[in-house]
Amino acid sequence: MSLPDRNGHFGIFGGRFVPETLMPALEELTLEYEKARQDPAFQEELRYYLKHYAGRPSPLYYAERLTRRLGGAKIYLKREDLNHTGSHKINNTLGQALLARRMGKRRLIAETGAGQHGVATATVAAMFGMACDVYMGEEDIRRQKLNVYRMRLLGARVVPVASGSGTLKDAMNEAIRDWVTNVETTHYLLGSVGGPHPYPMMVRDFQSVIGEEVKEQILEMEGRLPDCLVACVGGGSNAMGIFYPFLDDPVGLFGAEAAGRGLETGLHAATLTAGRIGVLHGALSYLLQDEHGQVLTAHSVSAGLDYPGVGPEHSYLKETGRASYTAITDNEALEAFKLLSETEGIIPALESAHAVALAAKLAPEMGAEQIMVINLSGRGDKDVPEVSRILGVD
Amino acid sequence: MSRKFPGSWGWIRMSRIDSAFQRLRRKGEKGLITFITACDPDPDVTERLVPAMERAGADLVELGVPFSDPMADGPVIQRASQRALERGTTLPEILALVKRLRTRTEIPLVLMSYYNPVLQYGLGAFAADAAAAGVDGLIVPDLPVEESGPLLEETAKHGLDLIPFAAPTSTPERLARTAEVARGFIYCVSLTGVTGMRRELPPHIEEFITRVRKHCAQPLAIGFGISNPEQAARMARLGDAVIVGSAIVNLVEQYQADPDLLVEKVGDLVRQIKEAITLSSSIRTIGQPTT
Repeated sequence: MSLPDRNGHFGIFGGRFVPETLMPALEELTLEYEKARQDPAFQEELRYYLKHYAGRPSPLYYAERLTRRLGGAKIYLKREDLNHTGSHKINNTLGQALLARRMGKRRLIAETGAGQHGVATATVAAMFGMACDVYMGEEDIRRQKLNVYRMRLLGARVVPVASGSGTLKDAMNEAIRDWVTNVETTHYLLGSVGGPHPYPMMVRDFQSVIGEEVKEQILEMEGRLPDCLVACVGGGSNAMGIFYPFLDDPVGLFGAEAAGRGLETGLHAATLTAGRIGVLHGALSYLLQDEHGQVLTAHSVSAGLDYPGVGPEHSYLKETGRASYTAITDNEALEAFKLLSETEGIIPALESAHAVALAAKLAPEMGAEQIMVINLSGRGDKDVPEVSRILGVD
Repeated sequence: MSRKFPGSWGWIRMSRIDSAFQRLRRKGEKGLITFITACDPDPDVTERLVPAMERAGADLVELGVPFSDPMADGPVIQRASQRALERGTTLPEILALVKRLRTRTEIPLVLMSYYNPVLQYGLGAFAADAAAAGVDGLIVPDLPVEESGPLLEETAKHGLDLIPFAAPTSTPERLARTAEVARGFIYCVSLTGVTGMRRELPPHIEEFITRVRKHCAQPLAIGFGISNPEQAARMARLGDAVIVGSAIVNLVEQYQADPDLLVEKVGDLVRQIKEAITLSSSIRTIGQPTT
């Protein structure tokens, strides 16, 4: 049976835990999305923009020097960093903006952590002539200045969020509050596979173009499917995008979560590894929380992974054992950031560096005849100032 | 906790909430529901505020359970939540507070909590402990009818009323479904938005309440944005009760350093609002013959 079910459940996970005011909007969105999904004209238009505007398909690149350095599996990189705006986020924002236009909504709002989703939303808003407000935590605004400037340049309003920890979770609270207020005119362009149904399903579907391309490309280059896929998981959209088309294939699925300064320090964002089941932002899923159900502040050097929740389908994949999730520390990610830059001339986003770090652990354990694909979800330009500050490169 | 009363159908359950609304109806009056965040800024203040609000005319008190991510709340209640959490407030502590209050008052008490704290406590354990402590009802702003099945089963078992929401955006189908499960009363959200004081009340409120009435026989309490006596009086003419939250919590914030003054100020506001409501109901009784 294909998941989620009619009410957005992946096993016990998912669902819709939102104020009544938003329920009709979610019902309408679900209905309109179903119609769009089956409408050849919509699919055709989306394909057009993905190809001519975002630059798809993104290359699948054989990372020969990285492969040699790690001395194990043959490693391919899915180059989502080469998409327009520099990450996989554009796949989803194009899809949802087209849907919003179809529904007659003239204003987009979004939450953003690293700013990649904010930039991708501001971009499509500019292109389709829509108003755009992006909610961003104050701490993230500080460490992702470049993306803040990009969003403003694109005509979006960046709304600083000071409440809570001033990161992605708080930005999402504020975006939901805006949506509940302006639900009749506004589309909430949620950036990950979290939130209430239909978002986890819809965002996964829009991101599945990644896995579908990988399948085609690897069959052409290697004549067979890969042995495993590796992706980073914050909310989990790039991981769901590459995993989903392979769910029924004999392919290992590995997610890299942020272990921050180490699981034992409590300063991490390893929701699936160290969390418990709970409800946040509209879905039942794994969650970092205290014993009384108060949500904990996540920590990661990567703003895009700095989130105490995770998409419900990842919780389901963990629970069923179909995918496995490993926590990667800030230091390991920073090492991988340098490793990929030095070996392949590719500066990865700090988020994607977590996937590279996990790959560096897995690849040496695999045989030279085995194939691994890393989803390189974004490029690292935005992280260079923060990394040079931490590593003292200046 | 519900008690049993003899009724025309034999022994029926009559909760404190039901009897409060029945009493109001008999008197031809509209109710006032007041909200404060529990343990804001500390349990002692809450313990004084509840009886003070009752004396000032509140018919039912809602106690907010603080949550780290109150997505349906505006800045005033967000800050109250934050204050209560900073001093380490927990759900077990709030239930103990209710138990203490129950030795002094019979006013209906309703907890307003986001779903996760209740879920982590355990749905069954929570319903049992809350009922035993003297809680009469529960409002969960992020639990729509679709997801409320498991909690509803537990609250029903222990005679707690699970109070659902109706919003201006609710479709007729959703209102009909809400009517099927609602116990106690229905919380009608006056506007699309979060909690908080508003200068103007929404224009289409009358049409909205009429729409809810068509589907729901339960008492209707109107909340969100109602912050002064005039607004409360206007809303009371439409619904069976009005809910005032942020305006009171705002006073708690303002006078938190001086508990005596705080209790006095809240009492004054509640009294003024109750008087305005009562006056408007009596005008209505004179102006429009009751059917």
